Amino acid sequence: MTKEIIKIEDLKREFTMGTETVHALRGISFDIKEGEFVTIMGSSGSGKSTMLNILGCLDQPTSGIYEIDGVSVKDLSRNELATIRNEKIGFIFQSYNLLARTSAIENVELPLLYNSKVSSEERRKRAIEALEKVGLGDRLHHTPSQLSGGQQQRVAIARSLVNNPVMILADEATGNLDTRTSYEIMSLFQELNKQGITITFVTHEPDIATFSSRTIVLKDGNIMQDYKNDNIQSAANELANYLNKTINYETIKCI
Amino acid sequence: MRLLNVFKIATKAIVLNKTRTLLTMLGIIIGVASVIAMLAIGEGSKESIRTSISAMGSNMITIKAGADTRGGVRQEASVMESLTLSDYEAIKAQSTLISYSSPVVEGRGQVINGSNNWPSSIYGVNPEYLNIKVVGLQSGSMFTDAEVQTASKVAVIGQTVVDNVFPDGQEPVGQMIRFNNIPFKVIGVLEEKGENTFGQDQDDVVIAPYTTVQKRILAIDHLNQIMASAISEEEAPNAVIEVSKILREQHKLTDSDTDDFTVRSMEELISTFSSTSEMLTILLVAVASISLLIGGIGIMNIMYVSVKERTKEIGLRMAVGAKGADILMQFLIEAILISITGGVLGVLLGLGSTVFIEKFLNWPTSVALYSIVISFAVCAVTGIFFGWYPARKASALDPITALRYE
Repeated sequence: MTKEIIKIEDLKREFTMGTETVHALRGISFDIKEGEFVTIMGSSGSGKSTMLNILGCLDQPTSGIYEIDGVSVKDLSRNELATIRNEKIGFIFQSYNLLARTSAIENVELPLLYNSKVSSEERRKRAIEALEKVGLGDRLHHTPSQLSGGQQQRVAIARSLVNNPVMILADEATGNLDTRTSYEIMSLFQELNKQGITITFVTHEPDIATFSSRTIVLKDGNIMQDYKNDNIQSAANELANYLNKTINYETIKCI
Repeated sequence: MRLLNVFKIATKAIVLNKTRTLLTMLGIIIGVASVIAMLAIGEGSKESIRTSISAMGSNMITIKAGADTRGGVRQEASVMESLTLSDYEAIKAQSTLISYSSPVVEGRGQVINGSNNWPSSIYGVNPEYLNIKVVGLQSGSMFTDAEVQTASKVAVIGQTVVDNVFPDGQEPVGQMIRFNNIPFKVIGVLEEKGENTFGQDQDDVVIAPYTTVQKRILAIDHLNQIMASAISEEEAPNAVIEVSKILREQHKLTDSDTDDFTVRSMEELISTFSSTSEMLTILLVAVASISLLIGGIGIMNIMYVSVKERTKEIGLRMAVGAKGADILMQFLIEAILISITGGVLGVLLGLGSTVFIEKFLNWPTSVALYSIVISFAVCAVTGIFFGWYPARKASALDPITALRYE
């Protein structure tokens, strides 16, 4: 049996706005097993962002169980949550969130700076490895302004890998990228997933779901659908198709 | 290890924002530099005021025989013969707050040199008299203790006397003059002092050993007064008390007896001195605190803006595992580094400008160590104090809100 990375049972999250109580999540249960590539989908107001915050240990549930890698998150302090985020989760954001005027390698090193168990030599070594994994081995000392959007997101992915997390949590990671770069990034995610890395991808784009092994659809704080994807598309193929189409189109235009 | 990393992060942030950091530092640099330069100028002026007031003999103490009533008639103090050489010796031996002392006997008479003559006063003193009066010699030398012992007929004369008895520009040192028909050899000429505050010509004097004046001119064995100088202006009032005590013992006065002598210090000069230096100090402290306060507010302002500006960055750091304490330390270390670097540069600039002021403007300056220590300490403390609030604010941010901040 594969290990459970995430275990969620009857999870509720309520916000009090003045006198009103908003039920963002109304009792959700699901597990994520090691090696899965899960997309969490939903329109605005579905509870997607709240789910993401709780999954990322940035927020805590009002009631219910949330365990990540066997650790129950519910009653942890702010500092303990920070340690969980530091050691178990890799974050990827829509807007990359790289430190400006800071080289790629230093950006990737960032999570390890907050982990006193990692020495400075090891930190550097692991950052280089992570950057090589995302294909930026030759861009170590470029700053974000010297990199394209896709390259910046690759740096962010390297940053999420550097602490060897149990799960990578991506928030609309292709939202700011054009179609072609999106395919490139998705194929990178698929590659990483093949290497055994668990990925949870929060998005509102249905296309993305076709690249994942499982999709959870949220609506009004409840799970509407939770299905395995039997026909996983390869982002690399899609990219090749896309490039062919563009070339054909250009050829037609020339004629 | 972890703290070292946070330290690295903080230095990195400083280096990345060179201009902003420099501008913030400028407030501290100018603050500290002006404090040091101001205090140096202030100390310098204080020093020069002290010297010039001291030159007036501000720490001088005069002891005279007290007035007494004889047969119902109040007698002039000078008539009393109660002040003796043994009183002088007692003061010299017992007092701890007196640096110089001299017996004084005085008389008036005619100074004669050949066909020129001039009415003047003669003061019989010992060699320490010059130190008490803070006056030097423009030529020749002062008589010695040996000459006092032997009651030598030697004299040091003032410029007014020189002008009147040596009208044709003769060198007076080595010449013989007569005072009330007693011949004296002139061995020195006093520096010109001009008139004192009461309009008395201080250069119209003849100074001779007190033994000579006592025996050969006045034929007395008491003293008219004893002059002394306290070790400092501040100690002068205490010296007065001490001398009074010695004299009361010396004169065997019981507790019910009133003093049969008077001891006075130059109170007016002393109070002028202390009020001047007090005012200067207050003024300087005020200027210093204002500039340091402004420097501190500068740090707070920049740190505050920096926290706002980097909200998203703080959110990211928290998302990847920074604890509140890490963020707090990062911003606090930044503030402290800025203020300490600013402080060091400020000290250097302050010392530099002090040298400049001294060399090119010729103002007296004196760099006080305490001004460096205080301004540096104050600037480090303001750094921590004014850096704390924004840093605290940053560390308390909610990572979700911070990440969404635009």
